[in-house]
Amino acid sequence: MTKSFDILIVGIGGQGTILASNILGEACLLEGRHVKGAETHGMAQRGGSVETHIRIDGQYGPLIVPGTADLLISFDLLEALRYSHFLKSGGTMVVNRHMVLPTSVFTQKSPVPTEDEIVAQLARFNPCLIDADKIAIEAGSSLSQNVVILGAASWSIPLKAASLLAAVKKLVPKKTVEINAKAFEMGRAFSRTR
Amino acid sequence: MQRHYLLGNEAIAHACLESGIDFASGYPGTPSSEVIDVLRVQKDPAYYVEWSVNEKVALENALAAAWCGIRAICTMKHVGLNVAADPLMTSAYTGVTGGLVIMSADDPFAHSSQNEQDTRCYAHFARLPCLDPAGVQEAHDMIRTAFEISEEFRLPVLFRPTTRICHSKGDVELGAVVPSTRKGEFHKDPRQYVVIPAHTRLLHKKLNEKQPALKKRLVERGLNHSTIKGKTAIIASGIGASYVQELLPPDVSFMKIGAYPIDEEWLGEFARKHEKILVIEELAPVVEEAVRQVAGCVPVFGKINGYAPYEGELSPAVVAAIMVKAGFLPENPFAAMEPVQNLPLRPPILCAGCHHRAAFYAIKKVFKESAIYPSDIGCYTLGLQLRAVDTTICMGASITVGSGIAHSGEPRDVVSTIGDSTFLHTGIQGLMNAVYNGANMTVVILDNRITAMTGHQPNPNTGVTATGVESPPVSLDAICRACGVTFVETVDPYDTTGMVRVLEAAKARKGVKVIIAKQMCVIVARRAGVKRGRYAVNPEICTGCGICVRFGCPAIEFADEKARINELCSGCAVCARLCPVGAISREAKK
Repeated sequence: MTKSFDILIVGIGGQGTILASNILGEACLLEGRHVKGAETHGMAQRGGSVETHIRIDGQYGPLIVPGTADLLISFDLLEALRYSHFLKSGGTMVVNRHMVLPTSVFTQKSPVPTEDEIVAQLARFNPCLIDADKIAIEAGSSLSQNVVILGAASWSIPLKAASLLAAVKKLVPKKTVEINAKAFEMGRAFSRTR
Repeated sequence: MQRHYLLGNEAIAHACLESGIDFASGYPGTPSSEVIDVLRVQKDPAYYVEWSVNEKVALENALAAAWCGIRAICTMKHVGLNVAADPLMTSAYTGVTGGLVIMSADDPFAHSSQNEQDTRCYAHFARLPCLDPAGVQEAHDMIRTAFEISEEFRLPVLFRPTTRICHSKGDVELGAVVPSTRKGEFHKDPRQYVVIPAHTRLLHKKLNEKQPALKKRLVERGLNHSTIKGKTAIIASGIGASYVQELLPPDVSFMKIGAYPIDEEWLGEFARKHEKILVIEELAPVVEEAVRQVAGCVPVFGKINGYAPYEGELSPAVVAAIMVKAGFLPENPFAAMEPVQNLPLRPPILCAGCHHRAAFYAIKKVFKESAIYPSDIGCYTLGLQLRAVDTTICMGASITVGSGIAHSGEPRDVVSTIGDSTFLHTGIQGLMNAVYNGANMTVVILDNRITAMTGHQPNPNTGVTATGVESPPVSLDAICRACGVTFVETVDPYDTTGMVRVLEAAKARKGVKVIIAKQMCVIVARRAGVKRGRYAVNPEICTGCGICVRFGCPAIEFADEKARINELCSGCAVCARLCPVGAISREAKK
């Protein structure tokens, strides 16, 4: 049995983790590879912390065990830290440079680390930090942040960039194909020069 | 053959299409909802599909369709099967003439549920077959088998995927869609369909007589199978079987249970060939009890002797730990990993602009902390974070728990909150009972005109059916009045002042008072193109008092001693009404 390549995508409900999972799954189909995944639906997703598991070449269960993920993709800086224990030693981390403050911070006045403090705590994982919002706006829409981050992560994913790009084009809303294709390429270019 | 990357529920729905189903009914409930949601949006379906008002209604409809000789599927979550338990138990006696598959999705770890009950126990209780998939492809493939078994044995078949199947994904090989062709035809046969004592005694005997052949067939169909590799064995079911296969040493025998009832002879023969057996399954020890009955002196490891947990869900890490403890693995392949501690939590929260938050605000303003707030099952259960939810037990119980507390001698005010879909599901009887028996309480129906939490399914209050055909929306006001409530007021929860005034009037009166807080779900409104314009805080006027922040809307932040409204704002304007200094107003057009 080939060992699966395990990707954990985390973020906040509504940020597009499920679309990112669908893009990876579709790219696997294009290459004739098996794939398994698990995601959060229902009550748990309303603005809450969400995790999506994807196992490229996965044969059995959909869940990734903490300490074994090959790649952690985070759409939010704080969530990257929350799920950092999933990453295996030497695994890759690709993270949006920004954080949405949880509402609990304001209503319960709970202490919150600053973005710089989180970046310092993540340093031991040598993460690829990306200003996804800025690049997405340059690509044409702030809504394409998830595809920017996927593009930035694409170097570490054992799938051809062409398959990922074809999957992006197939799955994003028709009107936004051009913007998202550009977002993917810009994300990919960003992490190459890193 | 076509391969697709699909959600478990999408694969299950497609398998229904491949099975040529004629009839589908269900009530939404995580993790089951997407099956009907896929079936109802197919173009020009030849089959009938409905969202029913509750699971009992859904099952009775589907059972009757199957009595007419057609293929029917009925979907619900595990706790929905409690509501449908009454027809379920006797449907085993009457049996069916067409195929009937009842999907009841279990939720180990209660990701989105009030308990961790096990549908397999209902199957055992009712003496019905139950199919238990271990993955997305198998869930797909089992649907066709389930219909065939149902038709062969003339019994409803339970199908119990779990959250990690319904809401996991995989590359699935799909078959061709078979259009529905059957037309229902009811053949009168009182000895089958009228369960008077004289008939039902015979039907019970017939049900019992079906069991031995059924057990054999489940093995013959390959649903239960085994491979002998050594002196020790693991027997597993459901998603647990997938986790075991990731970890199984090459010299350990493996048995996969995918269907119940288990053939004891076959199971015993396997058990006696081994020196020790480990059972891996989620929820109740259903397989383990069967194994223990036939294992004789072969030691069995499982939940009953403390090797596996009764609660929660399995994962490869949990299964590995059990295997180590029972001596099936020399060491755990997974290192223990500790998450970073003390990070601010990010629990699910009511949406920015959700009118439930506004309604809870008005309720708390009038009835204060001291009142008792029974609530119900829906998005608004998240009102717990606003300290506006004191009880939640099951669908419809906000009103009955409220009247029970009110009759107990507890002197404080009781205010029950219930959503429109939940009220129509099982709330009405409780309201009728409260009025009939003279309870003193206030009921607030949080009416967003849709079943929101499970993914915005329409209900009789919405004005359209599952397939989008217009239907006359029920009048919640008329239902409440017909139950005998004389104080029934409909309010706009965004109008805090108006809602507070009505709540005060309700507080001052005896009897059962109903307030219908009606407003569109903010997500539905956004999708429908409702644009209200964002609001903004004028930092020069804002005093930093924090009243708007404590309202708890995710669109309101606080930094540098001032409130700030972010891009999540939906323009409900409630915060502008709360601000004591008038610092919040509609954002000027850019």
